[in-house]
Amino acid sequence: MQRFARLFAQLDQTNKTSEKIRALSEYFRDVDPASAAWALYFLSGHKLQRVVPSGLLRQWAIEVADIQQWLFDECYEAVGDLAETISLIVPRSEGRPVDGTLVQWVEQRLMPLRQLTVSEQRQRILTSWQTLDQVACLVFVKLLTGSFRVGVSQKLVVRGIANASGIDAEVLAHRLMGNWQPSAAFYQALVHPDAGDAMLSRPYPFFLANPLEGTPSDLGDVSLWQAEWKWDGIRAQLIRRGAQTFIWSRGEELMQDRFPELESLAQYLPDGTILDGEIIGRRDGIILPFAHMQRRIGSKQLTRKILQEVPVAYLVFDLLEWQGNDLRAEPLSTRRSQLEQVMAELSRTRAAIQPDHEKQWQLSEHDLSDTQDRAQGRAGGTSATMHFLLPDTLKAGSWEELIALRSRSRDEHAEGLMLKRLNSPYRVGRPRGDWWKWKIEPYTVDAVLIYAQRGHGKRASLYTDYTFGVWDGDVLVPFAKAYSGLTDQEIAQVDRFIRQHTLERFGPVRSVQPELVFELAFENIQLSSRHKSGIAVRFPRILRQREDKPISQADSLATIRAMLGAASS
Amino acid sequence: MPILQETPSGLYCEAGDFFVDPWRPVRRAVVTHAHSDHARSGCESYLAARSGAAILQMRLGPHARISFVEYGQSLMIRAARVSLHPAGHMTGSAQVRIEVDGEVCVVSGDYKLQPDPTCTPFEPVRCHTFITESTFGLPLYRWEHPQVVMQEVNAWWLDNQRRGAASLLLGYTVGKAQRLLASVDASIGPIYAHGAVISACRAYRACGVALPEIRSVMDTPTKFDWSQALIVAPPSAMGTTWLRRFGDVSTAMASGWMRVRGIRRRRAVDRGFVLSDHVDWSDLMKAISETGAEHIWVTHGYTQQVVRTLQTRGFSARTVATQFKGEAAGEEAEVSDPAAVDDTNEP
Ligand SMILES: [Zn+2]
Ligand SMILES: [Zn+2]
Repeated sequence: MQRFARLFAQLDQTNKTSEKIRALSEYFRDVDPASAAWALYFLSGHKLQRVVPSGLLRQWAIEVADIQQWLFDECYEAVGDLAETISLIVPRSEGRPVDGTLVQWVEQRLMPLRQLTVSEQRQRILTSWQTLDQVACLVFVKLLTGSFRVGVSQKLVVRGIANASGIDAEVLAHRLMGNWQPSAAFYQALVHPDAGDAMLSRPYPFFLANPLEGTPSDLGDVSLWQAEWKWDGIRAQLIRRGAQTFIWSRGEELMQDRFPELESLAQYLPDGTILDGEIIGRRDGIILPFAHMQRRIGSKQLTRKILQEVPVAYLVFDLLEWQGNDLRAEPLSTRRSQLEQVMAELSRTRAAIQPDHEKQWQLSEHDLSDTQDRAQGRAGGTSATMHFLLPDTLKAGSWEELIALRSRSRDEHAEGLMLKRLNSPYRVGRPRGDWWKWKIEPYTVDAVLIYAQRGHGKRASLYTDYTFGVWDGDVLVPFAKAYSGLTDQEIAQVDRFIRQHTLERFGPVRSVQPELVFELAFENIQLSSRHKSGIAVRFPRILRQREDKPISQADSLATIRAMLGAASS
Repeated sequence: MPILQETPSGLYCEAGDFFVDPWRPVRRAVVTHAHSDHARSGCESYLAARSGAAILQMRLGPHARISFVEYGQSLMIRAARVSLHPAGHMTGSAQVRIEVDGEVCVVSGDYKLQPDPTCTPFEPVRCHTFITESTFGLPLYRWEHPQVVMQEVNAWWLDNQRRGAASLLLGYTVGKAQRLLASVDASIGPIYAHGAVISACRAYRACGVALPEIRSVMDTPTKFDWSQALIVAPPSAMGTTWLRRFGDVSTAMASGWMRVRGIRRRRAVDRGFVLSDHVDWSDLMKAISETGAEHIWVTHGYTQQVVRTLQTRGFSARTVATQFKGEAAGEEAEVSDPAAVDDTNEP
């Protein structure tokens, strides 16, 4: 535990990537495989189920520190993080801290707590606090409350393990895809020189696009590029192996039984096939706004009603594995033509065999033809079946033509265009150069800062999470939360403003004198009955502070609604 | 009539017609120590402890008229009996004991109870009214023994040497820098310092404080290999082009504020060493109770929190205003934010 805490401190303290990798590889070289597996588990953002409510921990800390609650609150206010505050105020017993490996701490001390009574929990936790040093105590509380977070990406952790084990980082990344349980056996397999990688359900690491900055003509000749609409859905790989289907989200979440429409069709794909594409809501041939999709994902049960209201379609754009062969090194143009054959074959197979139990997923013949009309005539595409679509690539002889096409994105219910280099392989992660997302300009709104909340992790001592309001008559109504987009210096300035202009405090939230106007950007804005303002926004971010604007010149709900009207007409 | 009163220029003793650490020019100033928020130039005459004479003269300039007294030496200033007692904060730092008609009041200035090779240890002084600082007046502030911290500093330096990176250690120019220099294991490698630190070291040596050999960064050839060196510099050096010359460098800061991760990260240093020249929470409580004082005036830091705690423990306690940045605006962020306190303005 002390060793893991030392790693935490090292990662927490340095700003240099090289230092972080050095600390990680030293750690993974030092510790036993089971502890390494748990460390990897926590560092890559996994959590234990919360063992004890944080309110109780707070109360126990107040008791053992023998201070009054208000004084604890003052400490918390100065520190900005509960686990850290507890670790700083609880008394330590003299002498060397007692230690054990990370796996012992997790499996023998943390996890068994759940079976104990509250008073037994209290006694054991207080003993642990006393025997750990301050940083280890902090880590321990964070693990207890399921709030452990360090500023490292999984990629960085993988590079550390690669350094320590000599196994290629890309191989590790692939072996880490999907579900795994931390154990010595798992870690040993992970760093084994040849671990027989054919784990059935494993997807490939996703290839992600970078936003295009500058003009597309910087990319060279347009004929070297494939252009597609960029759909706003759930990026997913669909795997058909060993007569089973697995659907993985980009967040490496296995989305089993969530898309019965897709799973029932996928059985007609031959074994050893992996597709990449975007899952979208689509009804009567029309792409539904993402909010509908969120409703479907958010609903606990897939009721008949939701299946009818928000049917999905899988817009396929890449073929990563075919007949059990990894195609990722092949050029995009080759993968694409192979994909077209796969989809055509799927259509034929599907037409030949239509078992009864699938009837519930079918629309009428009319709907089908309508779908195909739209798919071919508008967005353009070949329909393998209603639920698997292969949207056509966009034909353009010049960048100017593409620019013109892109300006129609909103009409196509697309976010913009994707540009993919025709001779590029399917890469891992977000390398620059081959895939670009070329989104249309976002909506922008001038809004007033009205509430602020402390940040998390790195920024726990600063007010970084803001709520913005717009005018409804002469009242400012909250309509969006945003936290990204400001520089550290700007954040510090706004933090100071917030502390000096607080009207009221509600726990971690402060209401702020309305005075600062910010320009916010959104990927999308929709009418919503679930939001107080009647408006739902997607991906809000702060573009800049409008120091030139008094709050009276901030936007109003009416102007935003008008903007929506303009967009949908 | 209390011995001391709050005035726009600071704490004033009417019986002796003098001020303690005034923040405006006055006729007579008793000064606790040479930090700029306590010792300000422009007064007609000063009284301070002899052991820090050269440092205070450096702060106030060669023409300042300063009378120096030994610790414990008592003198009458009109109707007030005044003596200075070690505060353990930095070389020459003093508590001011004032006695008028059998009533005793002690102004602590800044102080700490932990050992420090550059100064005489803090000495508890019995009194009726104790005026204490509260820079780190929250229970979350708790210091390790300085020996333990210095072991960490030594280990960090050695580790950097092994990796071929220079070790840049940031600490306040006057006080912290010399404490670090006097405590670090000088056998590990060559020690360098920023020009401002070097001038202060000269004054320290004139006060008889033993320091290791310190070389000037400025006098070093441009293509010098810094990888074995320890460089001590003021915090304001961070983020300046001055750092470029060192090549691969690990940065660290020594300060009580380093106990809180968020504050440390905002300083953007690779390492934070928790080493302070002020009392931590438990030493603050200990020092207060050892004075035997019934009335506690709290200044300079987390005043309200300390006052409220003392009141629940049965003391008569109140806050005393300082010109300490931010406090006048009721701005807790500034008080707890070392970014607001640059090195020329050491609290
Ligand atoms: Zn001070
Ligand atoms: Zn001081």
